[in-house]
Amino acid sequence: MNPRRIGADLQIVARGYFRNPIALFFSLIFPIILIALFGLIFANTAAATVTVYTQDFDHSPTSVAFLQALNQTQVVKVQIVGASVGNLSTYLGQNGDPTGLVIPQGFGQSFREHRPVNVILYTNPQDASASGTVEGAVQGVISAFNLQAACGQNTSGNCTPVIGSTNLNVGGQAYTYIDYLVPGLIGFTILTSPMFSMVDVTATYRKEGLFRQLSLTPLTRGEWLASRFIWYTLITFASAGIMLAMGTFVFGAHITASLWLLPFLIAGPLFFVSLGMLAGTVAKTPETAAVIGNVITFPMMFLSGTFFPVSSFSPGLQFFAKILPLYYVIDGMNQVLLFNNIPRALGDLAVVLIGGVIIFVLAISLFKWRGE
Amino acid sequence: MPSAVEVRGLVKRYNELAAVDGIDFVVPEGSVFAFLGPNGAGKTTTTEILEGLRNRTSGEVRVLGLDPWTDGKELHHQIGVIPQEFRFFEKITPKEAIVYYGRLFGTRPDPATLLEQVQLTDKSNSRFDTLSGGQKQKLGLALALVDEPRVCFLDEPTTGLDPHARRAIWEVVRDLKREGRTVFLTTHYLEEAELLADQVAIINHGRIAARGAPSDIIRTYGGPERLRVQGPPELAEYLRQKLGIVVRYDSGRLKTDLQSPADALRILSVIDSSGLPWSGFATESDTLEDVFVHLVGQMDDGVLKSAGSKAAEAR
Repeated sequence: MNPRRIGADLQIVARGYFRNPIALFFSLIFPIILIALFGLIFANTAAATVTVYTQDFDHSPTSVAFLQALNQTQVVKVQIVGASVGNLSTYLGQNGDPTGLVIPQGFGQSFREHRPVNVILYTNPQDASASGTVEGAVQGVISAFNLQAACGQNTSGNCTPVIGSTNLNVGGQAYTYIDYLVPGLIGFTILTSPMFSMVDVTATYRKEGLFRQLSLTPLTRGEWLASRFIWYTLITFASAGIMLAMGTFVFGAHITASLWLLPFLIAGPLFFVSLGMLAGTVAKTPETAAVIGNVITFPMMFLSGTFFPVSSFSPGLQFFAKILPLYYVIDGMNQVLLFNNIPRALGDLAVVLIGGVIIFVLAISLFKWRGE
Repeated sequence: MPSAVEVRGLVKRYNELAAVDGIDFVVPEGSVFAFLGPNGAGKTTTTEILEGLRNRTSGEVRVLGLDPWTDGKELHHQIGVIPQEFRFFEKITPKEAIVYYGRLFGTRPDPATLLEQVQLTDKSNSRFDTLSGGQKQKLGLALALVDEPRVCFLDEPTTGLDPHARRAIWEVVRDLKREGRTVFLTTHYLEEAELLADQVAIINHGRIAARGAPSDIIRTYGGPERLRVQGPPELAEYLRQKLGIVVRYDSGRLKTDLQSPADALRILSVIDSSGLPWSGFATESDTLEDVFVHLVGQMDDGVLKSAGSKAAEAR
C-alpha cells in the first residue's frame, strides 16, 4: 500500500464526484431531503382521537375509573384487549397499532393504600404525533388521580404521587420517530452511496477496459479499493454530521453524540464498498451488475430499520431484517446514539467488521485487473 | 542492436482454440515494428501478452529482458501502452490525468510539454467525456509517455480517426523513434505500417504469414512490376501477336508484367509503332496492402500454412 498512489487516486475520485451532480445529490442532498420530509410530515400531523389498546389486569373500580377518565379526555379512545393476546408490545407490533396501555394487577389496591404503582404505556416512535397525544392524555389523567385521590386525602398537604407511568417501546424509553430516523438515514448513506456506485464502477470499468489500463500503472487493486473505501468513509462522515446536526437542531432529536459512532462510520463503508465491488465483479455485464446491486440494496434499504424501527415489524420480517448486514450497522448506531448500550453496540460492530473483512477478502480475491 | 521484444514459440489457447499458434519474432530496440493482421488474427492477444495483461499458454516472451506476466510491475515502468480504445475517468481533464499518472509512477511530468507533443494543448482543461475519439487517443498517447517508456505499445492507435488526427499520431510515432524508443504498432492500415515501420509481421489464424522489412516482404511476396497503358482491345491483341507476351485488358487499360525496366521501353516502342491510339502509360508494383491481401487470402484458402521466415531468408 503506497499512500502517495492512494492519495492520487482519492483525488481523482473526489474530482469526479464533485463534478457529478447526480452522485453528489444522492449522497449528501437526498438524505437531507428525506430527513426534512419525514421530519415535517410527522411533526405536522394533526392531532385526532387516538385508539389506545389497553390490557386491564386489575379490573378494579379504580382501574375502570382511570380508563373512563382517559376516554373522557376526547383525544384518546380506550380499546380493551384481553390477556389472551399475550404480550401487549408484541401484539401492537404485529398489528401495526401505535399505542397501548397496561394496567397492572393490584393497581386499585396500591392506589387505595398509597403505595406507588405504575401503568405501562407503549408508544411507537413511527407516529410521534399519536404518541405525544397519548402520552399527554395519560399523564393528565395520572396527575388528576394523584391530585384528587392522593393529595385530597392527605391532610398534611404533602402530595406524594402514587400513580406513575413507565413509557416503553422497544428500547424501554420513549423516543420520537426522528430519533430513529437519524441513525437510519446515516445507515441509508452508508449503504447506498458505496453500493450503487461501486457496483456500477466495478462492472463498467471492467467492461471498458479501464482496470486493464490501471493495471499497467503501479497502482494495485488493494490501493484502488483503499482509495474508494476512504472516499466513501469521508462521504459517510459528512452525511452523518449533517444528519446529526439537522436531527438535533432542526427536529429536536434526542440523540447523544458519542465517539462510539465512529467505528460504525468506518466499518459500514468497509462492508458496503467491498460488497459493491464483489457484486460488480461477479456480474458479467454492467446491466446484470445493476440488477444484482438493486436486489441486494433495496430490501436492505427498507428492512434494516432505515425508515422504520425493526421493532415495529412482524416477527417474520424482524427475523429477515436480522440477516441483513445494514441492520447491525443501524442497530449499533441506535445503541450508541439513543440507548447508550455500548456492549450491544460492540456486538453489532463485531458482526459488521467480521462480515466486512470476509467480504473485502472475497472481493479482492475475485477482482482481477487483468485476464488469464 | 539489442532486442526490445523477443518472442519464441508463443502459444495462447482458449480451450481448444489456438488464438496464437507458435509464433516467433524479434523487435530490435529503437525500431518501429508493425504487427498486421485481419480481425481475430491474434494481434491483440499477442500484444496483450507482451504488455503483461494476459498470460500465455506456452512459449518464451521477453520484453526488455523481462517476463511480462511475472515481472509486470517492473516492466510497466519501462513500457507505455495505448489500448485499442483508450478510456479514462469521464470528469477528469487531460492535464489532471497526466498529473495523476505522474503521481502513480512517482514522476513529475510536465503536462504542458506532453500535451504539446501529442497536439492536445488546446484541450488540456477539457473533461475527458467532452473529447473526440482522436483527442482521447492523443491523451492515451500522452499518458503512455508519462514514465519515459523505452517501449511503446500502440494497439490500433489511429482506428476511426480522421486523416488529420491520424497524421498527428504518425508524427508522434516518428518522434518516438527519433528519441530512440521502440514502437510496437498494431494497425489495420497497411499504408500506416508501410510509412512508419522498419519491420512488419503479418499474422493470420494465430500464425505468422510473413515478416521482415516492408520492402523485403513486397519483393518476396509481391508480383512483378507491371506496365499499364490506356488503349483499345486491338492494341492488346497487337502486342500479344507481335511480342508473344501476356497482356491483360480491362476497361480501356492494358497491363503486362515486366521482367526488367528495359522491357518497358521495348513494349512502349512497339505500341508507338502500332499506329493504334494509346495514352497515359505508367509502371506499378504491389503495395504492402496487395501483399497482405494476397497472403491472408492464401492462408484462408489453406494454400499457405506459415511463411514466417521467407522474407528474412530472401535477404
